[in-house]
Amino acid sequence: MAEEKKLKLSNTVLPSESMKVVAESMGIAQIQEETCQLLTDEVSYRIKEIAQDALKFMHMGKRQKLTTSDIDYALKLKNVEPLYGFHAQEFIPFRFASGGGRELYFYEEKEVDLSDIINTPLPRVPLDVCLKAHWLSIEGCQPAIPENPPPAPKEQQKAEATEPLKSAKPGQEEDGPLKGKGQKEKKAPPLLEGAPLRLKPRSIHELSVEQQLYYKEITEACVGSCEAKRAEALQSIATDPGLYQMLPRFSTFISEGVRVNVVQNNLALLIYLMRMVKALMDNPTLYLEKYVHELIPAVMTCIVSRQLCLRPDVDNHWALRDFAARLVAQICKHFSTTTNNIQSRITKTFTKSWVDEKTPWTTRYGSIAGLAELGHDVIKTLILPRLQQEGERIRGVLDGPVLSNIDRIGADHVQSLLLKHCAPVLAKLRPPPDNQDAYRAEFGSLGPLLCSHVVKARAQAALQAQQVNRTTLTITQPRPTLTLSQAPQPGPRTPGLLKVPGSIALPVQTLVSTRAAAPPQPSPPPTKFIVMSSSSSASSTQQVLSLSTSAPGSGSTTTSPVTTTVPSVQPIVKLVSTATTAPPSTAPAGPGSVQKYIVVSLPPTGEGKGGPASHPSPVPTPTSAPSPLGGSALCGGKPEAGESPPPAPGTPKANGSQPPGTGSPPPAP
Amino acid sequence: MAALAEEQTEVAVKLEPEGPPTLLPPQAGDGAGEGGGGTTNSGPNGGGGNVAAASSAGGDGGTPKPSVAVSAVAPAGAAPVPATAPEASAPHDRQTLLAVLQFLRQSNLREAEEALRREARLLEEAVAGSGAPGEADSAGAETASALLSRVTASAPGPSAPDPPVSGASGSAAVSGLATGSVAPGKVGSVSVEDQPDVSAVLSAYSQQGDPTMYEEYYSGLKHFIECSLDCHRAELSQLFYPLFVHMYLELVYNQHENEAKSFFEKFHGDQECYYQDDLRVLSSLTKKEHMKGNETMLDFRTSKFVLRISRDSYQLLKRHLQEKQNNQIWNIVQEHLYIDIFDGMPRSKQQIDAMVGSLAGEAKREANKSKVFFGLLKEPEIEVPLDDEDEEGENEEGKPKKKKPKKDSIGSKSKKQDPNAPPQNRIPLPELKDSDKLDKIMNMKETTKRVRLGPDCLPSICFYTFLNAYQGLTAVDVTDDSSLIAGGFADSTVRVWSVTPKKLRSVKQAADLSLIDKESDDVLERIMDEKTASELKILYGHSGPVYGASFSPDRNYLLSSSEDGTVRLWSLQTFTCLVGYKGHNYPVWDTQFSPYGYYFVSGGHDRVARLWATDHYQPLRIFAGHLADVNCTRFHPNSNYVATGSADRTVRLWDVLNGNCVRIFTGHKGPIHSLTFSPNGRFLATGATDGRVLLWDIGHGLMVGELKGHTDTVCSLRFSRDGEILASGSMDNTVRLWDAVKAFEDVETDDFTTATGHINLPENSQELLLGTYMTKSTPVVHLHFTRRNLVLAAGAYSPQ
Repeated sequence: MAEEKKLKLSNTVLPSESMKVVAESMGIAQIQEETCQLLTDEVSYRIKEIAQDALKFMHMGKRQKLTTSDIDYALKLKNVEPLYGFHAQEFIPFRFASGGGRELYFYEEKEVDLSDIINTPLPRVPLDVCLKAHWLSIEGCQPAIPENPPPAPKEQQKAEATEPLKSAKPGQEEDGPLKGKGQKEKKAPPLLEGAPLRLKPRSIHELSVEQQLYYKEITEACVGSCEAKRAEALQSIATDPGLYQMLPRFSTFISEGVRVNVVQNNLALLIYLMRMVKALMDNPTLYLEKYVHELIPAVMTCIVSRQLCLRPDVDNHWALRDFAARLVAQICKHFSTTTNNIQSRITKTFTKSWVDEKTPWTTRYGSIAGLAELGHDVIKTLILPRLQQEGERIRGVLDGPVLSNIDRIGADHVQSLLLKHCAPVLAKLRPPPDNQDAYRAEFGSLGPLLCSHVVKARAQAALQAQQVNRTTLTITQPRPTLTLSQAPQPGPRTPGLLKVPGSIALPVQTLVSTRAAAPPQPSPPPTKFIVMSSSSSASSTQQVLSLSTSAPGSGSTTTSPVTTTVPSVQPIVKLVSTATTAPPSTAPAGPGSVQKYIVVSLPPTGEGKGGPASHPSPVPTPTSAPSPLGGSALCGGKPEAGESPPPAPGTPKANGSQPPGTGSPPPAP
Repeated sequence: MAALAEEQTEVAVKLEPEGPPTLLPPQAGDGAGEGGGGTTNSGPNGGGGNVAAASSAGGDGGTPKPSVAVSAVAPAGAAPVPATAPEASAPHDRQTLLAVLQFLRQSNLREAEEALRREARLLEEAVAGSGAPGEADSAGAETASALLSRVTASAPGPSAPDPPVSGASGSAAVSGLATGSVAPGKVGSVSVEDQPDVSAVLSAYSQQGDPTMYEEYYSGLKHFIECSLDCHRAELSQLFYPLFVHMYLELVYNQHENEAKSFFEKFHGDQECYYQDDLRVLSSLTKKEHMKGNETMLDFRTSKFVLRISRDSYQLLKRHLQEKQNNQIWNIVQEHLYIDIFDGMPRSKQQIDAMVGSLAGEAKREANKSKVFFGLLKEPEIEVPLDDEDEEGENEEGKPKKKKPKKDSIGSKSKKQDPNAPPQNRIPLPELKDSDKLDKIMNMKETTKRVRLGPDCLPSICFYTFLNAYQGLTAVDVTDDSSLIAGGFADSTVRVWSVTPKKLRSVKQAADLSLIDKESDDVLERIMDEKTASELKILYGHSGPVYGASFSPDRNYLLSSSEDGTVRLWSLQTFTCLVGYKGHNYPVWDTQFSPYGYYFVSGGHDRVARLWATDHYQPLRIFAGHLADVNCTRFHPNSNYVATGSADRTVRLWDVLNGNCVRIFTGHKGPIHSLTFSPNGRFLATGATDGRVLLWDIGHGLMVGELKGHTDTVCSLRFSRDGEILASGSMDNTVRLWDAVKAFEDVETDDFTTATGHINLPENSQELLLGTYMTKSTPVVHLHFTRRNLVLAAGAYSPQ
C-alpha cells in the first residue's frame, strides 16, 4: 500500500475551446475567454463530482465497470435530470476522429430506415436470470469441475514447463521451494564451479485414486466399443479443466497405442486415438506443448503409414489420414515457433516421402494431405509445381495395365485429393478464363480435370459471395430458415459448461465478422457471422455456415446456409457478434445491447438433444452438398466430403463400432 | 436532546422520550398518542395481516380489518413528537422542540409547523404549569413564538442549538425526522438550507494569514516533526493530514487559488496513501464556489478531526508552536482538531496506522467507554416434542434421559443468564408464535447434525451462480433455514427462488379462500393455490436498483431497499408488496431484519440509519452521526444494538433503546461494505473496499485482528454457526475461510490495552487463512452458513 505513495491526480480540465463549441451549438456566438475559463473550471469540477458519486453506485451495484446508469443515478442524487437515451450497457457510443490538428469525439448518429426496423423480426427474448448451484469446495478441496476455474491455469503449466525452478504450485508451496532451496544449498558447495548450478527439483507425479479411476474409465471408454460412452469421454477430455496432471499419461497412452495398433493394422483404434488427440487439443486449459514431441510422431504415423488397416482395398483409411493431417496442421498452427520449427520439419518430412519414387500410394496420399492442410501457401509452393509429375504417375496407374487394385484405388484417391485442394488455390491464383488447354499445358494429364474443378470452385465462390452480399444488403427477404435459435436447443438447459470465451482454444471456433465497427443501437446493419462447427477442426477447411443477423445479439433472424454443417460428435456452435460477451451457454442478450453468445450443446447421447438433431434441414447448395460420411468415424471431420468421392463402405470390423456420424444423428438429407 | 446541535458527530435524534423503557411495543401500549391502537393484536402473531394493516395500500392479503392507527397519525409529520409532551419536563427537550420549530419555519413547512405549534402549546402548559387550560390557540402560538425568539436570541451563543450549524448530516437528519412523509420537496429544501450553513461554517476561515507563508509554515512543522525523536515522530505525523487539509481549504476559501494549487502540489505526496480518495476530492476543489455543498468539505469543517497523542508528544508540539509563534497552525490545531491526550508511552507507527484512516480521525476514547450488553438473550424454553423419529428408538424409561441431554445441549447457554446480556425486556420483542416454535425445534434438530468446524474440518461451499444477470445482481439474501434465496437486481426487481423441492405458492384469492373448510387439519395446505407453484417469484415495485434484501426470520416477509429511497416489505404468502417505508429519500443501501423479526434497520445515502418496526410507517429511531453514506447495517444477535458501516470509514454501534452511538470503530482505510456479528455477540467483523477484514471486540471497544488477503472489496462476511470459522467473499472472485477461534484467542485484553485502546495487532493473516477458493469470474456477493454449517455462497457470473 505504501508503495503507491504518488497519488495519481488528474488536474485535467476541459479545454475552454469545448465551452466555445458548446456555446456556439446553443446559439451564443460571442463568448469571452474569461467566461470560458470560469465555465471550464466549474464544469470540470461538477463532472468530477458526479463521477465520484457514480463510482459509489458502481460499488454498491457490486460491479467493476461503471455504466451509464450509474451516471444517471448520480445525477439524480444532485437533483439533476438524468441523461436519457444512454442505455448502452457495454459500449460507449462516441467515435473518435482527428484531422487538421484537432481531435474530436462525436456521437455517431445514423439515419435509420423505419421500415427496416418494422420488418425486422423481433429479437429473441433474452434468457431470464437463473440460479445454478455447484460445489466451490468440498471439505476444503476445490473440485476440478468446469464451473470452477482450472486448478492450474495454462500460464502456470507453461511456467512450470519452461521455468521449472521458478514454479510454485499452490499444492506444493510448502515443500516445493523448501526442497529447491535444500538442494541448492547441498549441491552448490561440492560443485565449486563458480556458477551456481540450479537443478530442477524432482517432482513426484502421483495421481490420486480418483484420478487413477478417471484415467482408467476415460481410456477404456475412448477405445471401447460403446460410441455413446466414447463421445462422453471425449467431451470430458475436451472440456474438463483439471486434467493437466494426467496429461503425461494420456500422451503416453496415445503414442504407445498408435505404435501397437499400426503394427496390428487396427484402423478403428487408431481413429479413436486420433480423436483423443483432437479432444486434448480442444481443451483450453491444457498446456500441451510439453507433450507435442510424443503426439506428433503418433499423428504423423497415422498420416503416412504404409498400411493402417487389414484390408486396404476396402477399409476407409483415407479418412483417418485426412483427419490426422488436419490434426497435424492444427498442431503446427498452435505450437510451431521459430525455435522448434515444427512446421518446417513436418513439411520437410512430407515432402521427402512424397518426392520419393518408391513411396506407396497410401503414404503418398498422406503426405499430400498433410501438406495440403497446412494452407494455401504450402499448396502453392510445394504441391502445384509437382502436379504435372504426379499427374503422369496417376495416369500411369489408372490408364495402364491393371497391376493391383490397391494401387488403382490409391491413385484414384490421390487424384481426387489433389483436385480438391488445388482447385480453390488455382481459382484464386489464375485469372478467370479457364482454358482446358492451358491447364493441360501447365499441369499435364491432370489439367482438364483441374480446369473443370477450378470452374466449379469459382462458381461456388461467386455464389457464396453473392449470397453474402445479399444478406448484407438486405435482411428482409425471406430466406431458407436455419435459425440458430433452433440449433442450440439445449441452451436454456445449461449443459453445465461454463466456457470463458477468451480461453477457448483456437480450433474450436473461428469468428468471422464482416463488420468492424460496433453497430449503433437502434437499427444496426445486418452482421454476417460464420459459424464453424468444432469438428471441422482444420484451419483451412471451409465448413461454413453463414448467417446474417439483423438485431445485435439476437441471432434469431434469418440465416442462409451456404454450406451446411455436418453433424458431429460435439456440435459446438458459437455465435459471436461484434462487441460484447454474455454469460456462456445462454442464448441472446438483453434487447438493445450488443451481445455475444455461445451455445454449446452436448453430444447427443441418450437424450438426443444434440445440436444437429434439431437442425431443420439446411438447404445445401449444389456444390457443397454434404455426403454422408459412410465409413468415416471422424465425426463430420470431412466437410468437403462432397467433392471427394464418398469413401467406400467400410468393412464390418472398422464400421461395426462406428455408426455413420458417430453417434450423432444422421446428417440432414 | 440539545446534544443534537452541539455534538455533530454523534447526533442521535430520538422520537421517543428517553424516559420510558418501551420501544413502541408491539402491543402498542401507549396507543393514546397514536390515536387509539387499532393494531392492538397486531403483534407478530397476526400472520400476514398485521403488516398489511399498517399499510393502507397493501391490504389484499388476509387482513381482517384495515387499521386506523396509521391514518390517525398521518396528518402531521411531526406527530410522534407530541407523544413526548407529557414527560417533557426536561428543559432541553423544549429547546430541541423549538429548534425544530425554527427549522420548520425556515424550510417553509407551514403545515408541519402549525401542527407542532399546536402541540407545543400543550407542552408549554405542561412545563409552565400555568393554570389556564382553556386558553385559545393564539395564546399558545404566542408563547411558542416567545420561546422561539428566546432561542433565536441565544443562537449566537457558543453552543448554539441552531440546527443549520449542524451541517449536512445534522440538518438532513432533522429534516428527515421532522418532515417525514409530509414534505416531498425535502430534497430541495435541504440543499437550499445548506447554503447559509456553509457561510456560517466557513466563517472560521475568515481570519487569514499571509497566503505565501503557508508553505513555509507547513514545511517548518514538517521539519520539526521529522527531526523529533523517533518515538514522537509517528504520533506527531498524524498532524500532517488534517493540517494539510485545513490549510488548503483556508487558501481556497480566501481565494488564493494559485497558492492553494502549489501548496497542494508540494505536499500532497507526504500524506498517507489511505487518504488518497479524500485527496482526490480535495484536488478538484479549487474555488470558493465549489465549497458550497461539497460534502467532504463540510465534513472537515463541521467535525473536529480527532487525534490521539500522548502527553509528552503533545507538550513537545505545543512548545514548538509557541516558540515559533506559529499562530496559523496553532489556530488550526485549536479550532479544527480535537487532540485526545493520553498518559503513557507514545504509540508506535504500527499502532497508529492500525487505528487511523477514517474521515474524521480516530474515535475519542470516551466514545467507546459506555457499557454494551453484548451477551445473548435467554432462549425461551421450548418443549421439545418427544416423538423424535430420528433419535434411535428409546423406550419409555429412556424418555426422561433423552430430554435432559437435549436441554443441556441447547440450554447450556440459555439456562443461566449471560452476565453481559441485556435485560430480557430491554427491547420489547415480539412473542413467539407456534410456527416460530416449530422452526426453533427444527433448528435444534439440525443443530445436532451440525458439523463441528475447525482448521482440520473445513466446511463445504456450495456456490449459487446467477446466470444471465448481465451485471445486474446487487443484493442477495438467504433465509436462515436456507430454503429460499432472494436476489435484488439493478432492473428494480426482487426475485425469490426456492432452492428446495418445495415450490413457492401464494395464497388463494379471497373468493376461493371462503370456500375452504376452516376446520380441516390441513387448512394451511388448502389455502395455498397449487396453480401458482413455481420455483421463482418476481416481485415488482421498486423503481431503482435493489441494493438490500433481507428475509424475516419467520420467512413470511422480505424486505428490500432500493435506489428509489424506499424500503419495501413483501409478503411471501401472497408475493405482493405490503408496505413501502419512505423516509430516506436518497438511495437506501442496506436493510436488515432483526433476528427476532418485527424491527428492521436501514441505512442509506442520507448518512443516517433508521430503525423501523414493520407496523409503523415512520422510523422509531434515527441513528445519525456518520459523515458519509451508511453502506451496511446489521443487527446484533440480541437485537439491542445495530452496527452500521459507512463510507466515512468508520463502524458505529448504536443502542436501539435510546439511539445513542455506543461504539465508534476506526481503522478501515476504505468505505465499509460488509459487517457481521459473531454468533456469541462478542465480536464484530467488518470488511471494506481496501480488501481487509477487521475484527473488533465489542465489549472492550477494541480492534482485535486484521485479516489481509483479499485484493478487492470484501462484499460479504459470515461466521459459522458456532463461530469457529469466518468466511469472507469478495469482488476479487474468491471466498476465503479464516480461523476465527485462533484470531480471537490471543487477544490481549489486559487492563492497559483496554484503558488506552492501544492494540498491537499480530501479523498472522497467513496463519489464520484456512482456504482460498477462486470462482470463475463471479464476485461473491453473499455468504451464508446453513444450520449444519454448510457454506452457501452466491454471486452473478460476470464475464470480463
